[in-house]
Amino acid sequence: MDVILFLVFAIIAVVCAINVVVQTHPISSAVSLVGVMASLAVLYLLLGAEFLAAAQVIVYAGAIMVLFVFVIMLLNAGAEAKKGRSFTAQLLGLPLLVAFLGLMAYFVQRLFPQSTMVHFGGFRGGGAAEIGHALFTTFLLPFEVTSILILVAILGAIVLARKEMD
Amino acid sequence: MDSFIVISLIKEVVVFGVLLTTLAYLQWVERKVIAHIQVRPGPYRVGPHGLLQPVADIIKLLTKEDLVPPYVNKPLYLLAPFLAMTMALLSISVIPFGPQIQVAGYQTYMQLTDLNIGVLFVLAVSSMGVYGIALAGWSSNNKYALLGGLRSSAQMISYELPMSLAIAAPLLISNTLSLRGLVEKQAGGIWNWNVLHGPFPQIVSFIIFLIAAFAETNRIPFDLPEAENELVAGFHTEYSSMKFASFFMSEYANMITVSCMATLLFLGGWVAPWPAEYGSSYVPAAIFLLAGLVALYHGFHPARRRDGYTLPVFGVLFLIAAAVFLLPMVQSWLIPLFWFCAKTGGILFGFMWIRGTLPRFRYDQLMGFTWKFLFPVAMLNLLVTGFLVALRS
Amino acid sequence: MLTAVPISWFLTLSAVLFALGVAGFVFRRNIITVFMSIELMLNAVNLSFVTFSYHQKQVNGHLYAFFVMVVAAAEAAVGLAIILTIFKNRSTLNIDDVDSMKN
Repeated sequence: MDVILFLVFAIIAVVCAINVVVQTHPISSAVSLVGVMASLAVLYLLLGAEFLAAAQVIVYAGAIMVLFVFVIMLLNAGAEAKKGRSFTAQLLGLPLLVAFLGLMAYFVQRLFPQSTMVHFGGFRGGGAAEIGHALFTTFLLPFEVTSILILVAILGAIVLARKEMD
Repeated sequence: MDSFIVISLIKEVVVFGVLLTTLAYLQWVERKVIAHIQVRPGPYRVGPHGLLQPVADIIKLLTKEDLVPPYVNKPLYLLAPFLAMTMALLSISVIPFGPQIQVAGYQTYMQLTDLNIGVLFVLAVSSMGVYGIALAGWSSNNKYALLGGLRSSAQMISYELPMSLAIAAPLLISNTLSLRGLVEKQAGGIWNWNVLHGPFPQIVSFIIFLIAAFAETNRIPFDLPEAENELVAGFHTEYSSMKFASFFMSEYANMITVSCMATLLFLGGWVAPWPAEYGSSYVPAAIFLLAGLVALYHGFHPARRRDGYTLPVFGVLFLIAAAVFLLPMVQSWLIPLFWFCAKTGGILFGFMWIRGTLPRFRYDQLMGFTWKFLFPVAMLNLLVTGFLVALRS
Repeated sequence: MLTAVPISWFLTLSAVLFALGVAGFVFRRNIITVFMSIELMLNAVNLSFVTFSYHQKQVNGHLYAFFVMVVAAAEAAVGLAIILTIFKNRSTLNIDDVDSMKN
C-alpha cells in the first residue's frame, strides 16, 4: 500500500516537474508546479509530516503559486519564443542531464543502504503540537529573525511596486 | 476491518447524496427567500409550491448544448470547473455532523474521517479553490472573464488572511486542530461555545470570519468576480451547460462548507444551547409541532387556494417529524443532527438575507476594507486572545 | 514484494526534482518560468529535509523545511515585484533582453 502510494505520487510529481520545464507557456508551467507541490504534500503525509503537508498546500500551492498565476495573468505573458539555443546545448543537454541524474541516484543508493524503510505511521512527531513546541523553544531566534525578514520583504515589495511619486 | 470499509462506503454514499440534494434545493430556498424579501412569490409553477424547480433546472442544464469556444486554452478550460467542483466538495469529508452513534451494533462517528489537522485541511482545500476561478478566467481568452479571474484571485488571497487569523483565535482557546475535538471542548451549553466562552469571547472573530466567508465564496456584497453590470458574468462568461452548473454548485458547496466551519468553530457544532436536563431535547419536537400547525392553519385558509393541497400535506409531515423527535431510540443521533443543521441553516439564511439586502462594494473599497480594517482588527483580536489564554494557564 | 518504501527512493525523487529544477533554471528564457524552477528546487530540498527527519526520528528537519517555505514566500513577494518593475520599464519578460544597466 505504501509502495503504491509512493510510486503513484512520485510519478505524478516527476511528470509534472518535467512539464514545468518543457511547457513554453508560463501558466501551464505554474499549474504543473502546483501539481508537483500537491503530490509532494501527499508524500509528506506518508513521512508523518502532517503539519508540513498542510503548510505546503496552504503556503506554497495556495498563496505563492496563486501570486505567480496572478502576475502571469496581470502581465498577460505569452508563450516563450523558440530561438537561439546553441548547437552544443541541444546536442548535449539531455544526455548530460540523464547522466547527472544517474550518478546522483547511484550515490544516494550507495550512501543510504536499504536499512531504513518508510511506512505510514512510522514517525508520529510531525504534528502541529510538536512543531510549535520546537519552533518556540529550540528555534526561537531563527523564528524571530524570519519575521523580520518577512517585514523587510513586505516593505521591499511595496517600494518596488509603488507608483513613482513626482 | 471489512466492516470499517463497508461502513465508510455507506457513510460516503449518504453524505454525498444528502450534500448534492441540499445543493440543488439550497438554490430553490435562496430564490424563495429573496422573492419573499422582494414581496413576490418566487418559483411557483413547477410542481406543488414550485418544489420541483431544481429538477427542472437540472434537466435544463444537462440538455443544453455543451459549447467549447474555439479560441480557448482547451486543457485549462476543461480543468477549471472540475477543479472548482472537486475542491468545493472535498472539505465536507472532514466535517463532523454529530457524536458517536451505534448502528446495528457498530460504533461509528457521524463524520467521514477525523484528521488531527482537520482545520488546516479545510483551509488548504479552500485555498486551492482559487485556481478553479483564476484558470477559468484566464483560459476563456475573454476580457471580462480575465478581469473576473484577476479580481477573484486578488480578493481571495486578501480575504484569506483575516479569515485565517479569525480561525486561529478560537483554536487558541480550544487547543486542538481536530474538528471533532473542537466540538467536544465546547460541550455543555451556550456559555461554553467559543463565541461566548473563555477568557475572551470570540464574537469579534466570529463576525470577521463571516465577512471573510462572504468574500471567499464570492457572494454579494463581495461578488465582484461575477458582477453582472460590469463584467457580463465574470469568470464563467464563456461556460455553458454542466460546466457552468459546476461553478454554480461549487459556490453553493463552498457556502455550506463555511457555514459548517462557522458552526463548528464558534457555535459549538451539534451541542444543544442548554443541557438536556433543562429540556433542550424537546425543542426540535416543539419547533416541528409549531411549524406543522402553522402550515395546517394556512393550508385551510380560504385566501390561499393554490396551496390548499401542498400546505396541509407538509403540515402533517411536520407533525410526524415532531413525533419522531420524541422517540427515544432515535433521539441520541437525531437531536445533535438537528442542532447542527439548525445552526448551519441559520448562517445560510443569513447569507441569503444579506444578498437580498446589501448592494455591491466598489473594488477599491473591497480591498481597502480588508487590508486597512479587517486585517488589523483580526490581528488585535488574536493578540488579546493569546495574551489572555497565556495569563490563564 | 516490498511492504514499505526504502528511504533512498525518497532521496532519489528529491534529486530528480532538483535536477529538473536546475534544468528549467538553465534552459528557460521566460523570467517567471525561471523563478518557478527555483521554487521547484526549494521543494525538492524540502522533501529531502523531511525524509532525513524521518530517518533520524527528529522534528528538526520539518522546521528547516518550514523556514524554507517562509523564505520562499518572502522571496516570491520581492521577486514578483521585481518582475513587475522590469516588465513596466522594458515591457519584456525574456531574461536575455534584460542585459543593460540602463534603458
